[in-house]
Amino acid sequence: MIEVKDLVKRYGDHYAVDHLSFTVADGQIFGFLGPNGAGKSTTMNIITGYLAATEGEVIIEGHNILDEPEAAKRCIGYLPELPPLYPDMTVLEYLRFCAELKQIPKDQREDQVSQAVSLTHLEDMGGRLIRNLSKGYRQRVGLAQAILGFPKIIILDEPTVGLDPKQVVEIRELIRHLAKDHTVLISSHILSEIRAVCDHVLIIRKGRFVACDTPENLEEQLSACDRLELLVRGGESDADAVLDRVEGIRSRTVTERTGDTVRLRLSTAGDRREALFFAFAKAGLPLLELKPQLASLEDVFLDLTDDDDTVAARAASLLKQERSAGPAAAEGKEGTGHESDL
Amino acid sequence: MKAIYKRELQSYFNSMTGWIFIAVLMAFIGIYFMAYNLMNGSAYFSYALSAVLFLFMVLVPLLTMRSMAEERHSRTDQLLLTSPASITTVVMGKYLAMMTVLLIPVLVSCLCPLIIKLNGSAFLLADYGTLLAFFLLGGVQIALGLLISALTESQLIAAVGTFSILLVLYLWDGLVSFLPTSASGSLAGLLVLLVVVCFLLDALSSNWKITAGVGGVGVIALLGTYFYDSSKFDSLMPDLLGSFSLTDAFTAFAMDHVFDLRGLLLYLSLIALLLFLTCQVLQKRRWN
Repeated sequence: MIEVKDLVKRYGDHYAVDHLSFTVADGQIFGFLGPNGAGKSTTMNIITGYLAATEGEVIIEGHNILDEPEAAKRCIGYLPELPPLYPDMTVLEYLRFCAELKQIPKDQREDQVSQAVSLTHLEDMGGRLIRNLSKGYRQRVGLAQAILGFPKIIILDEPTVGLDPKQVVEIRELIRHLAKDHTVLISSHILSEIRAVCDHVLIIRKGRFVACDTPENLEEQLSACDRLELLVRGGESDADAVLDRVEGIRSRTVTERTGDTVRLRLSTAGDRREALFFAFAKAGLPLLELKPQLASLEDVFLDLTDDDDTVAARAASLLKQERSAGPAAAEGKEGTGHESDL
Repeated sequence: MKAIYKRELQSYFNSMTGWIFIAVLMAFIGIYFMAYNLMNGSAYFSYALSAVLFLFMVLVPLLTMRSMAEERHSRTDQLLLTSPASITTVVMGKYLAMMTVLLIPVLVSCLCPLIIKLNGSAFLLADYGTLLAFFLLGGVQIALGLLISALTESQLIAAVGTFSILLVLYLWDGLVSFLPTSASGSLAGLLVLLVVVCFLLDALSSNWKITAGVGGVGVIALLGTYFYDSSKFDSLMPDLLGSFSLTDAFTAFAMDHVFDLRGLLLYLSLIALLLFLTCQVLQKRRWN
């Protein structure tokens, strides 16, 4: 279990991580999603104890990373953005060194190393110098290092960057396999990747908490309230007149007119489905279809992390309205007042 | 610590660095041993050692430049600092590995006094004492190189920086003799020293209150003492700086054949101080 409370990392006036709080429960595959420069790597570096936070605390399996660094670090396997490899060592030498560094008991070291090697399919590379390995193999050696000793928490910073599609699939398989008895925290700026493996997503933007939920819920929340598609039996002007009476309609476009029906696309503020139903019923215009336009997680992500602050704030506020009981961390994000710095 | 120590040592001997360090040091010790002791018949091996001392200026940066700078450059420090090993362990592992590389030529040189003994009278105690001082002096310089290497990401800057500081230390006695011996000169020198200390303090603590406090108290104390009794300041600065001369203790062993316990303690405490500072530098980087 990882608990991150009110984490701040400040470089001068710049907030790399800005009051971020979240909890990763045991056995989760937790995806950490944000555009480049959102503070993913910084947060991971703080969680693993490489950097110290300006404020806030990180608790790993009950150990505070600052007060009991050794106990906390023993629970973590970490693959940084750039795999930390020594080019002058062979793969096996390197993994044995890591095993000793991680204080794996001597009689288990060989066994652990060979398990890590076989999970990452490095059997044929054992005697090769790391200097001579390709990018994909280096990434795998880094991964082998992270899972060595099978720590409770495995943290992978963009694990599939630079791998070919076949290797990406293999690594995903491996992550799913590991998740059976480990907590896995993965960061990525690629959505499909997070969606393929994670059962929980945390979206951050400019170092701040934006949303945290399952991928399905995120999609549902934002799509249900945001965009609707209507099929009305009646004239276009009649439908327009009805829509004028309903509050909270942001925009409307007619997409199709056939005989006596008209198909409309609406963008609404919040969930206006019931109001629409009653309004059209009152006007005697039958609603043949009323369905939410399913936004893909991609759309959610793009909106939430849009570079334009107003777009992102609007997307986030929609999400918050829908959330019946959001985590406390979602509140109080506005008004911290560093927007101008960023 | 053992893991890091073993890896470092292995890497010194996988690359040329370790071999070059040992080969050059032994070659020069051999040349001076032959010239001083074998050809000219001097019974003291310590003279040969003191002639070789200048080589550290070139060899120590070669050995130490990689140690921390390379880890940071290739981001392997992320592996070390996120492992259960503490920072002290990392620094000690690296330091001991470098000391082991230095120990090899020193151990081989232990044969030289015995060779002299075979050919006549030898002063074994004086020579082995000098070898001990030689080893510890090398240790101080390696610790210094380690600190400089921890301060930068570039091996080149680490090497040049270490070389420059070692050169200043080598010329220390000569430089100190240029300083004015008058009381006012000493006062000026001490004030400059205070400013330097404040700068260091500010860089290390990033807390201007502490810096201002130390600076203020220092200035008042110095000026107060000066106006109260300026004779206390006569040649204070040269004396003060002179007592930090690194080679003094070694010279006592090598030339005067005195077992200078105070000098050895100076070396050991300097090593401890420099290693501590290295740990602090690494620790502090996490907070920026």
